[in-house]
Amino acid sequence: MAELEAAVAAGVLASEEAHRQLLQATVEVARGLFSAKASSVFLYDEETDELVFEAVAGEGADTLIGQRIPSSTGIAGWVLVTRQPIVLEDVTQDPRWGGGEIAEQTGYVPKGLMAVPLLHQEDPVGVLNVLDRPQEARFTLEEMELLGLFANQAAISLDLLRKARRARAVLEGSGSDLEALARLARSLDQLEGKEREAGIELLRSLESLLKR
Amino acid sequence: MSNAEPAPKRQLPAWSLPAGAAESLEVPTVWPSRVTREWAWGGSTGKGVRVCILDSGIELGHPLVGEIEGAVAVQVEDDEVNVVEDTEGDLCGHGTACAGIVRSIAPDCSLFSVRVLGAGFTGSGTALLGGLRWAVEQGFQIINMSLSTTKSQFAGMLHEVADAAYFRRTVLVASAHNMPVESYPWRFSSVISVGSHEEKEPVAFFYNPSPPVEFFARGVDVEVAWLGGGSARSTGNSFATPHMTAICALILGKHSELTPFQLKHLLYLTASNVVDEDG
Repeated sequence: MAELEAAVAAGVLASEEAHRQLLQATVEVARGLFSAKASSVFLYDEETDELVFEAVAGEGADTLIGQRIPSSTGIAGWVLVTRQPIVLEDVTQDPRWGGGEIAEQTGYVPKGLMAVPLLHQEDPVGVLNVLDRPQEARFTLEEMELLGLFANQAAISLDLLRKARRARAVLEGSGSDLEALARLARSLDQLEGKEREAGIELLRSLESLLKR
Repeated sequence: MSNAEPAPKRQLPAWSLPAGAAESLEVPTVWPSRVTREWAWGGSTGKGVRVCILDSGIELGHPLVGEIEGAVAVQVEDDEVNVVEDTEGDLCGHGTACAGIVRSIAPDCSLFSVRVLGAGFTGSGTALLGGLRWAVEQGFQIINMSLSTTKSQFAGMLHEVADAAYFRRTVLVASAHNMPVESYPWRFSSVISVGSHEEKEPVAFFYNPSPPVEFFARGVDVEVAWLGGGSARSTGNSFATPHMTAICALILGKHSELTPFQLKHLLYLTASNVVDEDG
């Protein structure tokens, strides 16, 4: 049973990184799809009731990850709370709009954005942003629907990441024994050929030793 | 019966119409045989109509919004809802944008802000429901709801409040969702649900015979009021909704006696794809 749990744990530890990559790929595609300067995903953090930048493509990619804003302020907060998508373009004269504090911190002040809620079943899990499209590109209802469809994919990525993190938290919370086993299984999984055979042999010896 | 003493009026807890009582059902508005937009809202500025913007607040003193009647914020603590005076204005700009759209079409209506944002996401469904309940109790003629919730646990309670509003002559104008998801309250038949069309004309709106969304109003590339006294161009059903709210305000400014049922019927008759004359 412990081996099975360890195997599951190893899967969890490995999948968090895979899910993060999937989410990153999602924002990269969103950016390309709409020819935008940047695209980002906010994850809703239930514990702190905040929105956290989880993946960023383009402008701000190196500085925004991990930045937090209150869950019901700014445009992203409005989108999360009201479940309504929005497009804003040519915002003028306003230093506070759309998470202006973040813009100040990064030095990147977007002129326009599209934002859609990421809904998993009936729960909003985050917000997908597409920032600064080409000036000549007018945003049509068709594009909003396209973004809505795309949001489903992003929501699933985000939900998988959330689940992997929760699973890891459970493992870590369950005591160091299981965590140690999970790491051992993961290490073993990374070995190949003779090294792997040796590793398995070592474990068998350890098992016999422990049984005595 | 005619020579006898009039029978004392009885208050029976039943919903029926006794013989001879039909004349007591007053329907004050006499509708013309051919309803026109001129008859529906010609000359109206929305004066005398109280419109509530249930949203992120309204920025005070914004030139595109002007004076507002008042502003409250809905706060949630341990599932308890408190409604307090709001001094923070608008927390993201959206409520101001909605207020500005209503003002641009119905310049003399009264605008009141009920802010349901700012309490954090966790309490947002409770704040939305609490804010809507409060607004219905205040007797606003129109409540603009450019928002919805996907939480089915709130659906039943929202439905009750929407029906209560309908019977109290408070019209709820609610944004349909731009995405293929279940959300509320726009799906209820007691509200006026609004999606977007792409035309430029502010009072162009269309009746949709294939509900749940019943009307389409202007919602693409709209010039709106934004924070800091500024403006922005925006797109979304949440901006189509205040266009419909404003048209309702114009109609109620001229025909204040209309029930929500009659108002919706008049919207149907004056919709751009139904009415047979220009505005």
